[in-house]
Parts: sequence; C-alpha cells; structure tokens
Amino acid sequence: MIRFSNVNKRYTGGYDALVGVNFHLAPGEMAFLTGHSGAGKSTLLKLIALLERASRGQVVINGQNLDKVSRRRIPYIRRNIGIIFQDHRLLFDRTVFDNVALPLIISGFSSNEVGRRVRAALDKVNLLRKEKSYPVMLSGGEQQRVGIARAIVNKPPILLADEPTGNLDPELSEEIMKLFEQFNQVGVTVLIASHDLALISQMGHRVLTLTKGKLTQDSGAS
Amino acid sequence: MAKQQREAGRVRDSVSPSDRAIRTRVRTYLLRHAQVFFGSLGRLSKTPFSTFMTTMVIGIALALPAGLHVLLQNVQQLSGGLDSATQISLFLKTDTSEPRTQEIVKRLRKMSEVRQVDYVSRQQALEEFTRLSGFGDALKALDQNPLPSVIVVTPALRHATPDAAERLLARFKLFKEVDLAQLDMQWIQRLYAIMDIVQRGVQILGVILGLGVVLVLGNTIRLAIQNRRDEIIIIKLIGGTDAFIRRPFLYSGFWYGFFGSLIAFLLISLAVNALSEPVAGLALLYRSQFSLSGLNATEVVLLGGTGILLGLLGSWLAVGRHLRDIEPT
Ligand SMILES: Nc1ncnc2c1ncn2[C@@H]1O[C@H](COP(=O)(O)OP(=O)(O)O)[C@@H](O)[C@H]1O
Ligand SMILES: [Mg+2]
Repeated sequence: MIRFSNVNKRYTGGYDALVGVNFHLAPGEMAFLTGHSGAGKSTLLKLIALLERASRGQVVINGQNLDKVSRRRIPYIRRNIGIIFQDHRLLFDRTVFDNVALPLIISGFSSNEVGRRVRAALDKVNLLRKEKSYPVMLSGGEQQRVGIARAIVNKPPILLADEPTGNLDPELSEEIMKLFEQFNQVGVTVLIASHDLALISQMGHRVLTLTKGKLTQDSGAS
Repeated sequence: MAKQQREAGRVRDSVSPSDRAIRTRVRTYLLRHAQVFFGSLGRLSKTPFSTFMTTMVIGIALALPAGLHVLLQNVQQLSGGLDSATQISLFLKTDTSEPRTQEIVKRLRKMSEVRQVDYVSRQQALEEFTRLSGFGDALKALDQNPLPSVIVVTPALRHATPDAAERLLARFKLFKEVDLAQLDMQWIQRLYAIMDIVQRGVQILGVILGLGVVLVLGNTIRLAIQNRRDEIIIIKLIGGTDAFIRRPFLYSGFWYGFFGSLIAFLLISLAVNALSEPVAGLALLYRSQFSLSGLNATEVVLLGGTGILLGLLGSWLAVGRHLRDIEPT
C-alpha cells in the first residue's frame, strides 16, 4: 500500500531530512513511526501526502508512483489519504458538521449522502451531539476527534496521523489510538508518527524508527 | 403476485440506478454551484463597508464613460435636429433683373434637393436692415440701395448633412447671377468634428477605467485570498482542486461587477433625472421637442455585461496569480 524505495529528501538549503529510506506497509497494516524530534517523521508523511516530493528514490502509494503525479492530479491522490494533524487544522468559522462535510463536498457527494456519512463519521468519534458546535467550543481532545472524523469521512484506504496525541493527556491519547485501531480493523492502512514510546509499545503494532533521517529500526519488516 | 412485484421492482432498480445516479450528480453539481454562488454573496455582505466601497469605486469607474456616452448620444440627437437649420444664402448680383430673379426662384423650388426657398428682394432687405439696425438714415444718405437681393435655400433633410449641403453649395456657385453663395453650417461641421473627437476620448477613457476596474478588483480579490489563506490550505490538504478553490473568488468577482454596474446604472439614471427638467425647459424656449434620454435596454445589458466581465477578469487574474503561491506544508 505504501512503499518507499531508497528515498532521499533534501530540503532547499541542503539539509538531508531523509536518507535511503526503504520500507513497505501492506494494505490493512498499522504501524507507528517514531524517532526524536527532527528525525524526519513529518517529512516522511509529507512525501506520502505529496506535500513534499522525494529528492531521490521512489514513493509508491496504492500502486501509483508519486514521481509521476502531475500537480493537477495531486488533489485526487490526496482524496485517498486521510491526514490528521497535531494542530487539528479545523475551519473555525464553520460548524463541526461543516468541517467534517468538507471532503465530501469537494468530491461532489449529494446532500443526502453528505448528511449520512458525516453523522456516521461523527458517531464513530463519539461527537454526534456536537455537530452544530463550532470548534472553539470544543476541548482539545474533541477538536482532534473532529479532525479524525474529517479524515475518515470519505473512507480513504490510507490514514496518516502526525503526532495526533501530542497535546493530549495519556488517557485521551489512548482513546484516540484505540480509535485508529478500530479503523485499521475495518481494513484501513494506518501510519502514525508519534514519539510517545510508552503508548506505542503498549499498543503492540509494527514500529518504524527514524534516526537523523535514516530508518534504523523496523520491528516487523514485511 | 408478490413475486411479480418483486421482479418488477428488481427490473426497475436495475434500469434506474445509473440514470438516477446521473441525475443526482447533475443536481448536486448545480446545487453546489448555486451554494457557492450565493455563499460568496453572503460573504460579501458580511463586510458591508468594504464591499460597498469597492462596489462604489467600480460603479463610478463604469458610470463615467457610460454617462459620457449617454451625454454624447443626446448631443448627437440634438445636432441631428440641427441639420434642418442648414441654410444656403445666395446673394445675387445687383444688376440681376427682377423677372430673372423670379425665374431662378422658380427653378430652385422645382429641385428635389430643396425643401424651401425664401426670396428677400433688395427693397425688403433694405427695409429689414433699417428696422433691425436703426441705421436707416445712414442708408438714406446713399442715393442707391447697396444691398443685394438674397435667396435663402433650405435643403431637403436628406441633403442637409454637411457633405450634401456642401455639394449643393458648389452647384449654386455656378449660377452666373449668384455673386456669393454661403453655407450657413460651418458651426455644425465643427460640432460634428468635435463630437467625433469627444467620442474617441470617451472610448479611450472607457478602456482606461475598465483597466482600473480590473486592477481594483484584482487587488480586492487578492486581499480576500490572503484572508482565507488557512482555509485554502486546508482545502488543498484534503484534496480540493484548484477549480473548487477558485470558484468562490470568481463568483465574488461576478457580484462585484454586477453590483458595480447596478450602481453605475443608478448614478446615470439619477443624473439624467436631475437634468431632464432643466433641459426640457430649455428645449421649450427653442420650441423644440427634444427631451433628454437615458440608457436604453441594449445599453443597460451592455453595461451589466461589461461590469460582470471585468469583474470576472479581475478576479480570474488575481486567483491565477495568487492561488498557486498558497501551498500546504
Ligand atoms: N521546509 C523545510 N525546509 C528546510 N528544512 C526542513 C523543512 N521541514 C523540515 N526541515 C528539517 O528537516 C528535519 C526533519 O524535520 P521533520 O520531518 O519535521 O522531523 P520530525 O517530524 O521528526 O520532528 C528537521 O531538521 C527540520 O529542521
Ligand atoms: Mg514532526
């Protein structure tokens, strides 16, 4: 589902954020990406979401070599990837419902379908009662769950999360991770960047460890 | 029976879904466009002051050339009426006999190019001069009437335009009894020439102000894009196409252009309204039927179309230039 072959990423300015990264994540697999701050976790996720392009090597997502994707095609690739950010990235002038509905509106779903899918997604993250609220009225954990609902609302085969629990207390963090597990159980490929080693080891999934841009450890290479 | 119904239902279902799906898609597509269309209007109404200012600037920029065009049209209509005032005066040689003069008058009256012929004899000319000038005594001192007889020819309307009247004049000059032939319309010719220049000026002004409208709108839309930077980034992150992101800004441009032309229309109508009464009063003094006319239907459509087109152009340029710069990281 996600395959990195000898991937290098050098930022303008000459910094090598990723060096010779190789790994393969099978469809339906769930893995954690860990490493110190600055190790290149976010960079790796950005390559998958086409927020950055690899300097060398190949990134293949769902059989599609991202090298070959033109600028115009990027939106359609991104629709198959749910992305969750540490800072949520919600629209603060829109209700929870409208935030979650956005990916569906972009893809041209009918109003009926939008309503049904948004409520299903909000139900999964346990926020059905808050659909009319605005993000500022929600706690950090709730905002994160809105972000998750938005990421999964159009049922993408891949889910990426960059430090999704960074600002949350341990209890809420675990709750969020359990949520990702649930999506994984219905076949979604999940890759989560996190440096919460305690939580990660407790979950017992595959762990990829980056050290200064190099993949130094892979607990379950396939 | 129940089975038949089920079968029928299955057949119906197997035929209609794709059909229904297409119809739903089209309806959804149109609905989304309508939502963005009116949504962008709603967004403009949330900042009433700045929206009003921008629209006003556009309205004035459109009203100036359009208003001058209206003015010019009225002057043209008025000067069209002035053609009937074209007259050619034929001053006859003083030694022309009265019967010969009458012959000439008869001949002129028969010409199809001529609408009216007035003859002023030497005696009449003298009386008129005495009456109007008060120098009658001075003339009496002369032993001979120094004034020539005059034939005043009013050309038929078709021949009253500057060119045709000029041709007529040339023919009259060939009459051997005519001492001097004078066309009484040089000032109309000058008026026409001036109006040609003014018209060109209005066109140039229109182009310049149109460019101004595009720039003002481009800048307004640029600011709107900057204000919605976060939103644009998020939409790009979750797979929004450029077309999707562009749409609300293009529709804003449409609305600015639409309301700008509406304001221009109102300004021109107000001006025509304010002027029509004094103009009608003036026309009455000259016993003229002339009344000031505003924009006709075609011109209103043209004004609206121009405004909307300029609005779309301005926002299209701004969007094309600035949306690319905003990329998520
Ligand atoms: N846009 C960028 N330009 C230059 N250097 C960058 C950019 N983004 C990240 N980096 C550098 O690349 C390295 C890896 O960053 P990042 O992938 O964010 O690490 P992590 O998410 O593991 O903390 C860091 O040293 C960071 O300073
Ligand atoms: Mg990071």
